[in-house]
Amino acid sequence: MSTLFGAYGGRYVPETLIPALDELTAAWSSLREDEGFRAELHDLLTNYAGRPTPLLRAERFAPDQRVYLKREDLLHTGAHKINNALGQAVIARRLGKQRIVAETGAGQHGVATATVCARFGLECIVYMGSEDMRRQAPNVERMRLLGAEVRPVEFGTRTLKEATSEAIRDWIANVDDTYYLIGSCVGPAPYPELVRELQRVIGREARAQVLAIEGRMPDAVLACVGGGSNAIGMFYDFIPDEDVRLIGVEAAGAASLGCGRGGVLHGARSSLLADEDGQIMDAHSISAGLDYPGVGPEHAYLRDTGRAQYVPCTDDEAVAAFHRLCRTEGIVPALESSHALARALDTDAELILVCLSGRGDKDLAEVLAR
Amino acid sequence: MSARAPKKLVIYLMAMPDTPELAQAAVDAGADMIELGFPFSDPLADGPLIRRAGERSLAAGMRTGRCLEVLAATRALVGVPLIPMTYASLFDAYGWEQLEQDARSAGATSFIVPDLPSDVHPEFRRVQLAAPTSSDARLQLSAQESDGWLYLVTVTGTTGARSDLSSALPPLAARARAVTEQPLYAGFGISTPDQARAAANLTDGVVVGSRAVEAAEHGAAELAQLVSSLRSAIDEPALDSSTVA
Repeated sequence: MSTLFGAYGGRYVPETLIPALDELTAAWSSLREDEGFRAELHDLLTNYAGRPTPLLRAERFAPDQRVYLKREDLLHTGAHKINNALGQAVIARRLGKQRIVAETGAGQHGVATATVCARFGLECIVYMGSEDMRRQAPNVERMRLLGAEVRPVEFGTRTLKEATSEAIRDWIANVDDTYYLIGSCVGPAPYPELVRELQRVIGREARAQVLAIEGRMPDAVLACVGGGSNAIGMFYDFIPDEDVRLIGVEAAGAASLGCGRGGVLHGARSSLLADEDGQIMDAHSISAGLDYPGVGPEHAYLRDTGRAQYVPCTDDEAVAAFHRLCRTEGIVPALESSHALARALDTDAELILVCLSGRGDKDLAEVLAR
Repeated sequence: MSARAPKKLVIYLMAMPDTPELAQAAVDAGADMIELGFPFSDPLADGPLIRRAGERSLAAGMRTGRCLEVLAATRALVGVPLIPMTYASLFDAYGWEQLEQDARSAGATSFIVPDLPSDVHPEFRRVQLAAPTSSDARLQLSAQESDGWLYLVTVTGTTGARSDLSSALPPLAARARAVTEQPLYAGFGISTPDQARAAANLTDGVVVGSRAVEAAEHGAAELAQLVSSLRSAIDEPALDSSTVA
């Protein structure tokens, strides 16, 4: 398995972690073709998570286009993150690891991880920036209810970037018995590819659904991009369909693809918000899940090859789309997904798929406070 | 066995405007080598003490260009090996070859890049690290690629003081001895003279980081005091464990 996506990806980690990454790489390359593993994961995705998710036409939201929403918000725990958490938890169990560490920004990945750990009886520690704990208080309570220990990260930006660093430091210190359940298609190889494969189910289902409903491929597929896991999962099976435009929507204040430069963060080379000396800069977004200065290396590769394009969306535009979906469709979207919704309305295309990656219950306080 | 070879003492300092004078004080007090931290915003291998020192260093404007100036000014004051320690992101931004070249021109003897495993950028000569988790094959690779000595990470964890010397060091040192002739220096988690003495008995040298950074924050006198206490500790011929038993 190659560790690179063009000039991006790789394994930029302390030597201490190399054996664990080798072990994970070997386990994954045998499990991905293993009938037992696939059957176990399929059963969990179907009966525990609630797959397949519907593809819903948003007629009142976008009366002038045919916009379809891929309803990942309807999954157990309320976001696409459960697809990845279930898959990695099954891998962790096969590796015999009893202790799970994870990072979380919006709390959706933390909740998904706490959920699967409860289901499998694994110890769960979630690192979360104290600023994000404030913004996403309901998710902190949910993680604790599920038996996870939420450790606040009180330094630096107090958001996802520092939470990720702390989760990796914990992993370095406890690598013998600990599995790092990363939440997005970031980090050292094999994580970006592993997470993509676990999220590919989104695009695989959506592609078959749109063909069944419309009898043709969509003109454009949109998804929000923070680390980029819902987007890579939504995009991947459409990559060979060259006429389908793939559009990733970044928070304007965290546009690591739109405004970034090459650099190394959290174990991989990618496009980052960094200064000319390679120091990582702070990202700014109303949405904690997009408030991250890096992005999965495969997105940087898709941008460079031109197969996908990445566009920004401001906080205000996202909030406007949030309200519009609430009022026109009776669906409360996550603020993260609202970025993709906002850009769908001004995308010059007739048939559009949007990944509605999560539900917005966690964002009510943030939106109502504006 | 012939007379015990002198053990090496490596002292880590985070780049700051006053680092050249601090480095001189450390060398005068018995340091054989200075590791010079170029700060990075997201230092994965570092514990709280060095991370905070890095934040202060960045706040003082210590970007790569300024760090190279500090390196050159340190070189003007001391003759011992100087080893910049920093993260891959700084090299990626500056250009790998260019930063290596400019740092060597400024007086660098070699480099330590803790988030660069031995098989990545092998053309870039540097001091490699080996960890308690490293397989024998990996240890051999690190040793073979390493520039001058092999850095044994004594703990599975980040930099910072520990109450006891890691029990992982003796087996790691023995495994490393079996695969390489390179000198072995132990670091991470070594802060007290007792720990330094115990680590030096198993290896050819010790690296003291977080504790040195802490002492340096209180000035050259406190740093010099720490360095001389470490120096005396590692120079003391150890009781041969077989005679104790």
